[in-house]
Amino acid sequence: MSDDPRDDRARYDQARYVENGQYEPLLSEKDLTRVEIGGDGDEDGGSPLPDELTRDSLELPALSEPELARHYTRLSQMIYGIDSGPYPLGSCTMKYNPKFTEDVAALPKAAVHPDRSERSTQGTLELLYRLQDYLGRIGGMDAVTLQPPAGAAGEFVGIRVAAAYHEHNGEGHRDEVIVPESAHGTNFASAALGGYDVVSLPSDDEGRVDLEALEAALSENTAALMLTNPNTLGLFERDIAEIAEMVHDVGGLLYYDGANLNALLGRARPGDMGFDVMHYNVHKTFATPHGGGGPGAGPVGVVDELAPFLPAPRVREADDSDSRSGEPTYELFDPEHTIGKVHGYQGNWLVLVKAFAYIARLGDEGLADASATAVLNANYLASRIEYEVPYGPFHHEFVASAGDQDAADVAKRMLDHGVHPPTTKWPEIVPEALMTEPTEVESKATLDRLAAAFNAVAAEDDETLEGAPQRTAARRIDQTDAARSPRLSWQALEDDD
Amino acid sequence: MSFNVPDDRRYRESHEWALPTDDGIRVGITDFAQDELGDVVFVELPDEGDSVAQDEEFGVVESIKAVSDLYAPVGGEVLAVNEALFDSPELVNDDPFGEGWMLEIEGADETELEELLSADEYEDQIA
Repeated sequence: MSDDPRDDRARYDQARYVENGQYEPLLSEKDLTRVEIGGDGDEDGGSPLPDELTRDSLELPALSEPELARHYTRLSQMIYGIDSGPYPLGSCTMKYNPKFTEDVAALPKAAVHPDRSERSTQGTLELLYRLQDYLGRIGGMDAVTLQPPAGAAGEFVGIRVAAAYHEHNGEGHRDEVIVPESAHGTNFASAALGGYDVVSLPSDDEGRVDLEALEAALSENTAALMLTNPNTLGLFERDIAEIAEMVHDVGGLLYYDGANLNALLGRARPGDMGFDVMHYNVHKTFATPHGGGGPGAGPVGVVDELAPFLPAPRVREADDSDSRSGEPTYELFDPEHTIGKVHGYQGNWLVLVKAFAYIARLGDEGLADASATAVLNANYLASRIEYEVPYGPFHHEFVASAGDQDAADVAKRMLDHGVHPPTTKWPEIVPEALMTEPTEVESKATLDRLAAAFNAVAAEDDETLEGAPQRTAARRIDQTDAARSPRLSWQALEDDD
Repeated sequence: MSFNVPDDRRYRESHEWALPTDDGIRVGITDFAQDELGDVVFVELPDEGDSVAQDEEFGVVESIKAVSDLYAPVGGEVLAVNEALFDSPELVNDDPFGEGWMLEIEGADETELEELLSADEYEDQIA
């Protein structure tokens, strides 16, 4: 046997990572031999497992049902969510998730085994086809894949599709993706993960793309420019047509980060602005739950030229429509130059069902109305708070500055005033940023309550801010200690006591 | 706020310092850098015996605010690594120019050291 436990599967499984690429075996050579004996038991007739891995009894909690119910109720009261009150995290679009979408996803007919035949799952395929179509029309895109399981996954797929397009056209030398410095962090990460060098683009004095800097950054090596519009300051990139022309002139593609699509629904479409590829955050724009590590969905839309490279399979209308009823039928197909699969089957199906239900229920006018209300709410709230908002006019979100106060302290103190704080300290172009997005779901009364919380905190002294929160289930978290000495299991917590 | 910039060593623009010692050249990050980063929670360093090249990444420092690459002010062979940082990353915050050192590099080219900023030049940069 070699000294590297990775050379031996059984030993590697039993190895513990020490540091600097070094492993040490958890079990001695003798222990491993005993494990391999299997269920025969050792010479003493006991367990074949080493003593430190065996136990005589299980430590199961012994609680009555009301004790258990009260435990979970108490836990639910310790947290704050969109069902508790406003949740104005900027660039996160924390919309309320209407309960009817849950009802639709819970229908027995929504539980379809993905391996069933196309013929017996026509309803499923039709829903996917129509969702591809809805998203395509909302974004001004010609073709859509529903597979990516999250917004960031959608970004990665979009970048891979762009790369496959360039490669196919003999332009594989393009190795740079341009990203504005105010962009979402995922843009930099997606471009880097896609194998590109990231060129960071400074903003101009008004917080928008600096056209001179863009001109300087563009070259024959540019694969794409990634933009969100309105940008992370909530500002519409009004030079977008010129930006698109500049990018296309050097043979690059224009990527739209759909995180801020809520500001545009029914009024403007990325495809019409010259974007070639985009992802949709259905959890932001179409009110499906935020993943939080659970299932999400980040569909990707592209213009015709890029459609052959989308992940496989997609859904299309079949040529041989049902002759008896005249109804169309649907089938799966692989795009000609597909980059392959990026997720099992069609992505996170039940999340897609919720997005479909939301879009179908609101309809064209409802979506446009939601978007307009989101913009109105952001502007109303901004007009009611005393913190300065240096950049505007903004759309669905605004970035206020906490000025001489520490934005993180402001956030903690807002919890004491009974509301969730905005995103803080980002984008960095605004000092002590309070990036706020109330969304369309809040009433005027709730917005007034939010404004009152902002203004109460704005008037408070540093000592009060630094001592916050005082009225929450958990006080200020020691983030440093949590990162330096993470306690990742209940055993670790018990060891501390 | 003013930061400590000892004049017994040379500096890289990206906030690493290099201090000649009897054995080689000791490397760490500056007071300004640790203040910008905030509480350091993890430091990743090369192994002893590895070689590093001037201006290339030799490790990573992670704070509660950011993850940043570390760039070698000089090239050479890693003679020693400050293993105390693996258990006590706070040393980088508490004593960036002393106990918080990161590497000792041997066999560095003298001219590489001269290319670096003097204490005065570095102080101007962070002013």
